[in-house]
Amino acid sequence: MTDASAVKIQQIDAYRWRIPRQGQMRVDGLVFASPTLMRAIREDQSLQQVANVAQLPGIVDHSIAMPDIHWGYGFPIGGVAAFDEHEGVISPGGIGYDINCGVRLLGSGLSRADVAGHMRELVDSLFRNIPSGVGSHRKDLRLSETELKQVLKRGAGWAVAQGYGSARDLQHIEEGGCLQSAQPDMVSARALERGRSQLGSLGSGNHFVEVDYVAEVYDEQVANALGLFLDQIAITIHTGSRGLGYQVCDDYLKVMQHATARYGISIPDRQLCCAPLSSPEAHEYIGAMYSAANFAFANRQLITHWVRETFEQVLERPPRDLQIDVIYDVCHNIGKFETHVVDGQSRRLCVHRKGATRALPPGHPQIPEIYRHLGQPVLIPGDMGRYSYVLIGTQQGGAETFASSCHGAGRMLSRTQAKKSARGRPIVRELEDRGIFVRSAGRATLMEEIPEAYKDVREVVDVVAGAGISKKVAQLRPMGVIKG
Amino acid sequence: MPGDQPHPEIYEPLSHTGDLGMLVYGRDLPELFAHAAWAMFDLMSDATTIRPQQTLMVSVEATDLEDLLVRWLSELLYVYDTQRLMCCEARFTALESTYLTAAVLGEPFDPTRHPIDTEIKAVTYHQIAVEPVAGRWQARVIFDL
Repeated sequence: MTDASAVKIQQIDAYRWRIPRQGQMRVDGLVFASPTLMRAIREDQSLQQVANVAQLPGIVDHSIAMPDIHWGYGFPIGGVAAFDEHEGVISPGGIGYDINCGVRLLGSGLSRADVAGHMRELVDSLFRNIPSGVGSHRKDLRLSETELKQVLKRGAGWAVAQGYGSARDLQHIEEGGCLQSAQPDMVSARALERGRSQLGSLGSGNHFVEVDYVAEVYDEQVANALGLFLDQIAITIHTGSRGLGYQVCDDYLKVMQHATARYGISIPDRQLCCAPLSSPEAHEYIGAMYSAANFAFANRQLITHWVRETFEQVLERPPRDLQIDVIYDVCHNIGKFETHVVDGQSRRLCVHRKGATRALPPGHPQIPEIYRHLGQPVLIPGDMGRYSYVLIGTQQGGAETFASSCHGAGRMLSRTQAKKSARGRPIVRELEDRGIFVRSAGRATLMEEIPEAYKDVREVVDVVAGAGISKKVAQLRPMGVIKG
Repeated sequence: MPGDQPHPEIYEPLSHTGDLGMLVYGRDLPELFAHAAWAMFDLMSDATTIRPQQTLMVSVEATDLEDLLVRWLSELLYVYDTQRLMCCEARFTALESTYLTAAVLGEPFDPTRHPIDTEIKAVTYHQIAVEPVAGRWQARVIFDL
């Protein structure tokens, strides 16, 4: 790989940088960052990766990077790339191992005062009711292969049909919680087997369920429309497609290694392996990847149900009092066909978002009707000690980034460095002193996930807001967290 | 947890911002591959707590030695994910550059005895290397976490 300093970069304005076309690049790179974030970005190879992605056939407009960009396998994490449906390619490395890793935000009719004195019990109960960590699963959820294939076909709709949630929930999920062109038969027996016992589980690492309160509101009108108000209790769920998705990615990376050679595609890095969108390999991968995405939608739906049950049990209040409703649910590792206007022309493109969130502009038909005039909600989790953000899509983002925004804070310390810094410290106590109750399955997770291991998500959000590709709506602060 | 009880004669963890890797050593290829398996479970848990109580036969085919190492570890990850079997030992009946057959020894995951550290999502090809270095074999593997 080339030294990162070898990548030419020009500052366009306070928030934008261009990587001008050089070498084999077919389009320019466009990076959103502040000068401070850019200094950190330049420390790894991610800018070279933005330039590498720009070399892929059929890429349209720009190879884009969000301010939380960091090094990934082949494609950077925090990257957005759109490909022409006829001349372009699809690459599993541009979507990631955790297909449809994403975030769901639940609102509630509760204020901070309603949960005061109950937080410890709430967190303990959430931890008990939601399988977390390596190898965890609900004993009451054991699926046959036929049922699992139904999950892959129907996504969150499958869970609702089984009694886990309501039809209203589905209307507040990206794509209604189901990618219609999923083809479960394209998912290997191995992936099915890996996923089978893991439906309805959180996983480990940076996946979590968090009880938050609304700490700041920046746009009253939008917050009201989304059902958010100051001091309100909200719940954030961050997880994806578990072992099923990882195996789909792994399986198709192998298929794409062959396809890249077969179609004579020249790539600068083995991890960028891909296939023409018109090829059978692409068709099969899309069928499998959409299936994994549906698994993830169903996963977040099941967890939502157990969150509701937990609140009912602990607070001893009926659902109509709690009003735990889905505000929105977004994917941040996904590839999808979407129509965007490029140079005045409407084109159907395959948009890859790896560590990036869709952010549709106001008026877009795919936004739930009640929010449509405002734009699509964008959910940006931060670390477990500070805050997360709710943003909303803008016309500017719609036009400039294929309607995409950032996805999170991004790590600043490696896991090993974080553990070194956390060693010997009472992390649980430290957070409790700040009013945050945490529970975790893994011994190392809390140490790896200490707040200072992450960049300040505010810096990231300030860039997308400053550049106008999303708008700030509200800030959430954690009160209780369960981690895998 | 990894690094708490170092086993530098077997492996050393490699730090990567978002992910984790390892440098593994062995006197010959069978030892290298057995150490790689042990090391992966040591990153996930604590391999010294795994007892060799069960045996499973595993066969893997690949295009070259590096591919073989990735597929070998991927196979053990799959076995762990689907059968909960944690592995601490491997005895190879064949180990060539494009295939291997091994008896894998270990026991099912038991949350009361096996600590949980890291969930490994996948074994990647990134910076994969298997090579003789200073009279022994060395391999570098990066995991997606």
